[in-house]
Amino acid sequence: MALSGVEIFKYLPKTNCKKCGHPTCLAFAMKLAAKQASLDACPDASEEAKKILGEAAAPPIRAVTIGTGDKAVKIGDEICLFRHEKKFFNPTVFAVSIKDTEAGEAAAKKIEAVKSSEIDRVGQKLRVEAIAVVEESGDPAKFASLVKQVVDSAPGVPLILVSKNPAAIEAGIAHCADKKPLIYAATNDNAEAMAKIAKEKKASLAVAADGLDAVTALSEKVKGLGVEDIVLDPGARKAKDMIEQYTIIRRAAIKKNFKPLGYPIISFAADGNPMTEAARASIAVMKYASIVVLSNIEKWKMLALLSLRQNIYTDPQVPMQVAQNIYKIGEANENSPLMITTNFSLSYFIVRGEVENSKVPSWLAVMDNEGLSVLTAWAAGKFTASRIAQFITESGVEKNIKHRELIIPGYVAILSGALEEKLPGWKITVGPREANGLPSFLKGRA
Amino acid sequence: MALAIPKEAYSGKIYEVQLGTGPKAVTIGGANALPFLGFEGVFPHKPAIALEVTDTSPDDWPETVRKAIGDAGKSPAQWAKLCQSAGADIVALRLIGTHPDQQNKSPEEAAKVAAEVASAVDIPLIVLGSGHAEKDSQVLQAVAAAVRGKNCAIGKAMEENYKTVAAAAMANDHKLIAMSQLDVNLAKQLNILLTQMGFAKERIIMDPMSSALGYGLEYTYSVMERIRQAALLQNDPMMQTPIVCDIGMNVWKVKETMAPEAEVSEWGSLEDRAVAWEVITASGMLAAGADMLIMRHPGAAAKTKELISELM
Ligand code: B12
Ligand code: SF4
Repeated sequence: MALSGVEIFKYLPKTNCKKCGHPTCLAFAMKLAAKQASLDACPDASEEAKKILGEAAAPPIRAVTIGTGDKAVKIGDEICLFRHEKKFFNPTVFAVSIKDTEAGEAAAKKIEAVKSSEIDRVGQKLRVEAIAVVEESGDPAKFASLVKQVVDSAPGVPLILVSKNPAAIEAGIAHCADKKPLIYAATNDNAEAMAKIAKEKKASLAVAADGLDAVTALSEKVKGLGVEDIVLDPGARKAKDMIEQYTIIRRAAIKKNFKPLGYPIISFAADGNPMTEAARASIAVMKYASIVVLSNIEKWKMLALLSLRQNIYTDPQVPMQVAQNIYKIGEANENSPLMITTNFSLSYFIVRGEVENSKVPSWLAVMDNEGLSVLTAWAAGKFTASRIAQFITESGVEKNIKHRELIIPGYVAILSGALEEKLPGWKITVGPREANGLPSFLKGRA
Repeated sequence: MALAIPKEAYSGKIYEVQLGTGPKAVTIGGANALPFLGFEGVFPHKPAIALEVTDTSPDDWPETVRKAIGDAGKSPAQWAKLCQSAGADIVALRLIGTHPDQQNKSPEEAAKVAAEVASAVDIPLIVLGSGHAEKDSQVLQAVAAAVRGKNCAIGKAMEENYKTVAAAAMANDHKLIAMSQLDVNLAKQLNILLTQMGFAKERIIMDPMSSALGYGLEYTYSVMERIRQAALLQNDPMMQTPIVCDIGMNVWKVKETMAPEAEVSEWGSLEDRAVAWEVITASGMLAAGADMLIMRHPGAAAKTKELISELM
């Protein structure tokens, strides 16, 4: 919980030496409280002050980074329970598990699936970010060789090393020692050994226990052993336990600043039935899991889960939007058709995608409507004939094209009359209602 | 440090609304805590699932869902029976054929279909107009009378037509579905207007307006979370009506439920993808507080029921 200026002041040297650039320790304390200064600026601050103030300033849920380089993922660091309160910041990481008993062909296939999992959605690149290598064989050497296979064939992909046997983790981590994997997991029986490995290799460490009390105790124990980057698994494997346990963890961390639970959550959604697994994983995504481990990553399943994650993690205050512009699609020339839509990312990317599908080079006029969809903008009085006319006139598009024809979305057909009035010399054509009608519409004209 | 379970102090409770009569009647609502948080509240009733039937054959629905319905789609009564045997808790008859831009069927025709469907099944019935505010006023009056005594949910009452629709429901002892447009205040406002005209708030089911996964789901999700918080934490009696999410019609018009795998290989199997689209949309609405869902694909509905069992 954040400390007030006066509380912080208690821990400062109170010498008013001004070395921090502020006239008094109190003034500096006020700046610290307002997060406009850093304690580093005071050369005389005691170790105790650093520790206490550091802890107080720490986010309620610790940020943990897994992996290194541009594929590394940051999880945790959330500040609210409901997205409308502010937003959710660091999207749930999806990982697929590969068991060392399925090494070889099957493993290779899954690794390939991860590497080709990227999809483009509303202008964002989404993918399965991580691989969980699971020891089931009981043989550390076998586990280690799968870790090596994964490291070699999917370089840079963040790893989760899954085994309760410290010897297996030791053998496996040898192949990714400098890659900051997540070790899963410390338990009551192996905590010391696992903590030692995690510290040595600067890896993060998951703590797995049965229930909230047990995971609290274990998290404290591992912290006491010197591990900072902790991830929690309170044991939920079914949707109900996930919602309940994860909600309690998130609440305890954010509302009570309860440090032992102030860490990201890892969730295992696996089920023999892929649709059941998808449904369960969706609950974990919405209800605070920072990592969801899946047993398989079928394309259809990931499309749905990645879309859900994108929905839940968008900023509720600011719709995703693109810049107002006349976009050229394909080798559009002066005779190519001109269409208009709004700058809501979803509208833009759907329409753009369909125009690309049609293979008909085109111009797409994207009008700033504060990121509202076509119908919403129209209903809000922002996508009106006079505003569209003004935008088209001022956009300079008349220099790009010889014709004077504007294709409008079918849902706002009602605008066509008024638009022809406001844009003298222009022909207004009503396009299909749904963007997926565009390919045949455009091809039919060509 | 021992963990003290941080519990919310709820002061409100969702009204319990019963639909249908006899042994197959369904009650929704009754929760006194945020969704599925069994450690701090009670949830006397499972969220219910209604499968949708229309008064015209579903020729413009995507193939995946049409296939699942098969020939039954040609007769609303047969189709309703299929829904019941597929495990639906409720049948939702949507009178889309009455829309002036569709077949512009008359209120009398609509009433006949509604009566047929009502007698084909013994599970409760939701009867929805086509969404054309004016026409629905007439259609729903006729329909409400035709299914009198069945304790149905009639809808949707909207800002433009709530008076006539609510009067029809009231006169024939039905419950009412009231839809507003994705806005907490508008939802509350409509409930207030309805109670002011004498419609009991305990008989309203609120539709905050649904959207599909990937197409605005997050708006519905957050509006519902806010409604539920107002109901339970602020004890706002105008927000304590159960929530219905009409997801099928939103899900089965997006590209993800239609595009064949050959066209979008990176999206994987169409069949699984389409069903997953409805299941995950349902999951989102359940997590945000839905008490009742209107769905289209029997397989997706069955999967959603499974999820509900896992959540209760
Ligand atoms: C999410 C949503 C909102 C969000 C805003 C989201 C956003 N960023 O725009 C919020 C909650 C803010 C909102 C508010 C309102 N909304 Co609203 N909203 C929706 C909802 C559910 C989804 C909109 C969406 O994201 N659509 C997806 C995008 C991609 O659709 P689109 O831009 O129209 O594009 C499609 C087509 O138009 C076409 N297309 C697009 N461009 C082009 C270009 C060409 C050339 C062609 C051919 C085709 C084409 O392709 C796309 C896909 O097929 C719709 C209902 C629905 N299911 O559509 C209602 C809806 C649009 N909203 C509606 C209304 C009335 C409102 C409000 C006025 C109500 C209110 N609460 O006051 C406000 C107005 C906003 C304001 N005052 O600021 C109505 C509009 C009714 C109408 N016909 O007038 C709708 C249709 C709901 C309804 N059935 O009543 N809304
Ligand atoms: S440098 Fe430290 S001791 Fe000196 S005035 Fe600033 S806060 Fe006080």
